[in-house]
Formats: sequence, structure tokens, C-alpha cells
Amino acid sequence: METRDLVIIGGGSAGMAAAVAAYDKGIRDILILERTEFLGGILNQCIHNGFGLTHFKEELTGPEFLTRFVKQVQERGIEYKLHTNVVAVTKDKKVSYVNAKDGAITLQAKAIVMAAGCYERNAGAIGIPGERPAGVITAGQAQLYLNEYGYLVGKKVFILGSGDIGLIMARRMTLEGAKVLGVAELMPYSNGLNRNIQQCLIDFNIPLYLSHTVSKIIGKGKLEAIEISQVDEKFRPIPGTEKRFDVDTLLLSIGLIPNNDLLDKAGVAKSSTRGASVDEHMQSINAPGIFSCGNVLHVHDLVDYVVAEGAVAGEAAASYLQGTLKESEGPCLETVAGEGIGYVVPSRINLANAGENVELKFRVRKPSKNVYVTYSLNGQVLKKTLKPAIIPSEMEIARLPRNLLGEEGGTLTVSLLAKEEN
Amino acid sequence: MARDLTCIICPRGCHLHIDDNLNVTGNFCPRGAAYAKQEVLDPRRTLTTTVRCKSQLLEVCPVKTNAAMPKDKLFEAMKAVNEVTLTPPVHIGDIVIKDLCGTGVDLVATRDIEK
Repeated sequence: METRDLVIIGGGSAGMAAAVAAYDKGIRDILILERTEFLGGILNQCIHNGFGLTHFKEELTGPEFLTRFVKQVQERGIEYKLHTNVVAVTKDKKVSYVNAKDGAITLQAKAIVMAAGCYERNAGAIGIPGERPAGVITAGQAQLYLNEYGYLVGKKVFILGSGDIGLIMARRMTLEGAKVLGVAELMPYSNGLNRNIQQCLIDFNIPLYLSHTVSKIIGKGKLEAIEISQVDEKFRPIPGTEKRFDVDTLLLSIGLIPNNDLLDKAGVAKSSTRGASVDEHMQSINAPGIFSCGNVLHVHDLVDYVVAEGAVAGEAAASYLQGTLKESEGPCLETVAGEGIGYVVPSRINLANAGENVELKFRVRKPSKNVYVTYSLNGQVLKKTLKPAIIPSEMEIARLPRNLLGEEGGTLTVSLLAKEEN
Repeated sequence: MARDLTCIICPRGCHLHIDDNLNVTGNFCPRGAAYAKQEVLDPRRTLTTTVRCKSQLLEVCPVKTNAAMPKDKLFEAMKAVNEVTLTPPVHIGDIVIKDLCGTGVDLVATRDIEK
């Protein structure tokens, strides 16, 4: 069996950033395995702009952003295989892949970076009542067809879910001549960024129905119409509030899920995000040498944060290969998502390995104004930060100085605390 | 003319108010005030879309305007964009349409397509 130092699963922004970082720390035997015909992952279809403001200090489109990383990979001579599907990973770091040229191959990797991105929740996941005609499609799939293949999936469109991909597609399809009749959002607030509500919906007079869901799908063979209803506080459709829209397409923008099945099947511990449970070096807490980064770990809002996380994972993989990442049995902090917090990454902080600052990433469960984010060590508040506004669609990043965290271990809890009125 | 606006400059998305004398409130940073004035006097957007491309790999090439263009000309611009077919090689920054619909901004390629 062939042995490789570092195998990276996924050639999107996270995988490329990890490869470049590992190379720059001295690792030369690197192999990126990418399923599609291009490096760059989801950015290939994200032709809109707004990427790179943090990383490159300028506003780029998705293809421009990914091209810069492809150049960095190619300049370093890092090997990658396209059209290559990884079918299995084991905890002892065997990687099995298939492609048309090599056939079915199993490699022994010394370290793995998992960077396989995420997938979209689909119609089956939410059980919409009614028929099952053609024309119900996820927003990202419609984006792929339009932006890479030049194929507009419909002319009269309704969108369920106000995630950013759905909003971006509302504008995109409108500009291409489709009529977007509305967007329904189950929650009483949008899951997209305010700026996307403005520039994708309001700019084009597309109505947003908050606290609404699609309550019926109508059409035999091909979608003919949908019905939406207002929902009550328990998200149940309220009878008598139905509105019918004659459409040929229903786009779903109802959430993204880490594409972590390979590690899950291998027995690598996972967190509440469905990505791997990792430590501060993005290393699996029960599979040494297996690192995760990007949307396969938790869904990010900005690619700038994805490439930063990819670089952390790539550098850590290099340290692991070079024997400088300690395999410590020493004290650890387990992170806990407290009141109002959806999840926290990493799951564990290994105090022996943690650097000068420990970075925590998390999302809140619902929009809040004038709240403190508190960080508590074994119940004692270490730090609190006032947030004028905080929303679930934005990922929060906090840096805690290592010296605040003590040496004993225990739990580190992130919570929201309402600001007391004076 | 007083209006309530959502700032689109950054992901924060401030809720702005601009009065008849162009006084802006609700902005977190100076860029918000500049945006609000621009938005009421001469609203502009960057257009990102695709043009047909005779490539072996892709059916279309992504493009953008190299500066924000008047918002009310977006649909007119889309008509012009949909008349164009590119032939590789295409490189990032190549001008696809100069002075798009008389707006003074150029439409440029945002992807390298070698063949």
C-alpha cells in the first residue's frame, strides 16, 4: 500500500488553504483529492462578490477568490487529483478513493485533513405535504446549473427559506428573466444577512413572508403551484391563512449540513454540528492525525474564516507529522454551548498544546440586542463582551488569552446574558 | 425624500435613516453615511452575472462590473450581457464589454478559462 504524508479530502477553499499552510511549514508529500472537475469547491458557483475582505483586503467574486488559492497550490507544485471520489476513511488513516484513471486505490496516510464541505438540506428532510413533482430543487443546485452550465431551472419561482443562498438566487434568477414571487421563512426573522435582504429582495420588490412555510405542493409530474401558510409559535400552519402561488419552481434554502459521513462511519467522534469533535488544533479528539476544517466541521458564513481555519488545520497537520504537536493526556477544557448558544467549536481545548490565544467560534440561537456574551471557566465568569446586536446567520469568533484558562481543566461555557437596564 | 435604508456596505447591515437634508443616523461607521447619500441621490450596484463561453469545460464565464453601476440600468445591462459569447482563452480582468450601456463602467471576466 502506498504511503503519503498528508492526504487532504476536498479541494475547496478549506482544503487548499490547509495544503498551502502545511507546505509552507515544510511538508512536501501532500495529495489533495477533489471530487469535481475543478479545485475551488462551492466558490466555483458563487459568482457574486463580497469574498476576501478579511483575507485579501479587497472585495472579490467567488471565482476570483478561488483562483488566487489555486495559484498558490500550483506554484508550490502540490499534487491534486480531480474527478476523484473518496469512498472510505479509517481511524488508522487509510483513505480509499476511486477515479477513472487510477481505479480503486487505498492509501495509507500519516495525517489527514478533512475538508469535504457541506451539503444542502433537501425536501425529504422537512417533509413538505403534497405531491412530489419535478421542479422542487435546492437553491445551491439551481445556482450550480445557472452559474456553471448556463441553465435557468425555472421562470416562475418561489423560495422557501431565507438563507443567503436563497436570497442570492432570488436576485440572480430575477436578473436572468425569471419572476420570483416571494420568499417564505419559518422563523419570525430572516436567516440571511440584512444586506442581502436589501440588495436581493427589496431592490427587486420581492416579498418576504416571515413566520410562513410552504404547506402544500401541487402538481402531477411537474410543479404547478404551491401554497404557503402562516405558522403559529410552534411552527404549525394556521388554517385559513393559505396563499396560493402558481410557480414552476420551488427553491429550497433551508440549511446546510457538514458532509462528514466519511469520518462518522470511521468512528471519529462528532459534535452537535455533525462535524468532527475537534480540539484547538482542529484535530479529532479521538483520532490523532485526523484534522477537520471549513464547512465539514461547522457551516461558516464567510470564506475568509474558512481559509483561516484551513490554515490552522494544515499547520497543525504539519506539526503532527513533524512530531511537534504533543500527544498530551494532560488536562483539557471541554467547551459547552450555554444559554442562547447553538454550538461552540472547538469541542475541547488541550491546555498543553494551546497557544497564546484560544479561538472559539460559535453561533447564537436567535437574534438578540444588547446582550453580553460570557465565557465561564467551571462556572466562574472569565470575560464578558457586550454585543449591541447578534444574529444566528453570523458566526462569532472570540479569542481568549491562554493564561486566563488556568491549568486544571474542566468546562468552558459560552452563554448569552441579558444586559440589565439601568 | 426622507427614507429608511439598510446599509449594504458590510455584513453588519445597519438600519439607516436619511432625512430631507441628507442627514444620516443609525450608521455605525462613516461608510454608512456615504452609502445612504449615494443611495438616495444615485443608487448603484455591482452587477455579477455570466456570459456564454465556447469552452470545453464550462458553458458560461462569470463576469462583473469593475465598479458599481446605476441600479436602474441593471436589466438593460443584462440584455447587453446576454448578447455576448466569449472564446477562450479568457483571463480574470479581461474586458468583456467596454462602457456597459453608456454607464462608464466596464464588464470584466472573473475567471480564467484556458480552453
